[in-house]
Amino acid sequence: MNSPLRAVQPTGGATAGAKVNERDDFNERLRKARQRQGLERTARGAEGEGRDGLPASALRIGLRAGVEVVSALIAGAGIGWLIDRWLGTFPWLFMLFFAIGGVAGVLNVYRLFNPRNGARK
Amino acid sequence: MAAEGKTIDALSQFELTHAFGPVGAAVNFTQSNAYMLAMAVLIVLLVTVGMAPRAIVPGRLQAAAETFYEFVENLVIGQVGHEGKRYFPFVFTLFMFILFGNVAGLFPYAFTYTSHIAVTFGLAAVVFILTTLIALALHGKKFFGYFFPEGAPVWLAPIIVPVEVVSYLSRPISLSIRLFANMVAGHVLLKVFATFVVLLGGLGIVGPFLAVLPLTVNVLLIGFELLVAFLQAYVFAILTSVYLHDAVHLH
Repeated sequence: MNSPLRAVQPTGGATAGAKVNERDDFNERLRKARQRQGLERTARGAEGEGRDGLPASALRIGLRAGVEVVSALIAGAGIGWLIDRWLGTFPWLFMLFFAIGGVAGVLNVYRLFNPRNGARK
Repeated sequence: MAAEGKTIDALSQFELTHAFGPVGAAVNFTQSNAYMLAMAVLIVLLVTVGMAPRAIVPGRLQAAAETFYEFVENLVIGQVGHEGKRYFPFVFTLFMFILFGNVAGLFPYAFTYTSHIAVTFGLAAVVFILTTLIALALHGKKFFGYFFPEGAPVWLAPIIVPVEVVSYLSRPISLSIRLFANMVAGHVLLKVFATFVVLLGGLGIVGPFLAVLPLTVNVLLIGFELLVAFLQAYVFAILTSVYLHDAVHLH
């Protein structure tokens, strides 16, 4: 197999019976070869990755956490403001929901590291 | 195009103008819409023309189309499971639209439609409404149990339920802000350093030598922005899949 790895990746799509076997065998050998070369990524959840499969680079995690907190605050404050406008109780529910938004932001960040799945199953 | 009047004007690149002359102006058809349309056509062309030969050993276009297809398919099935296959077309469309928009914006004179919060929030709102509807359709009333984890003491409900609801509602906001902020930040940086090149280049004899520095930064930035363009499309698609997972499995 001298051909470059990238040229042989047509794994999708089914073709006629006899060829399938041959290609499966080839894919198996290709997989092993890639593993030896360290090219194969494990399908999901290498250690450094969260549930989202995102690489755990510190900067990126930090940015994501920031976005999560800010968006929860926006959502909370927005809901509070809308209900306030509806009921005419301006600052109070806005303040309450702003606080709830903050809590939800912390919850979002917590979920970033401890996803719901693992925690509850 | 960078430094008219010797100032750094990093934000005018995001302004909307009418495309297609008076016809576009009459129906408010902006260059943003034009790029969306162009990218949609490009994606359709890539998939239809690329897959037309249906060769076992693919040519370049077919290899590109297959790579995108398999990438998104693995992503969706990996996150949602095999029930997720029926949502594949949705995620694939989203991913391709965002990816092409991000990458097209990197070309000189091009417009990045994903740099507008209205566009990204529109996309995120579609995801949010769709996942909520799927959850409601699949689980009915049980969906509302999502907002109150079983096993928690009932007297905590007044605290937990609003927090969970706000957390749920913050999803489309974080989804849209992440994409929008990344694209805007990248393009502002590119513009600022491009302006430095022009401003420093005008500084007499030493100018051109100094201007090489920001030019180098810009070359690196373009590479970085290509990475960001892909990564943000990926993040958008994968978070959509995560939300679909939550909608299908409800936990």
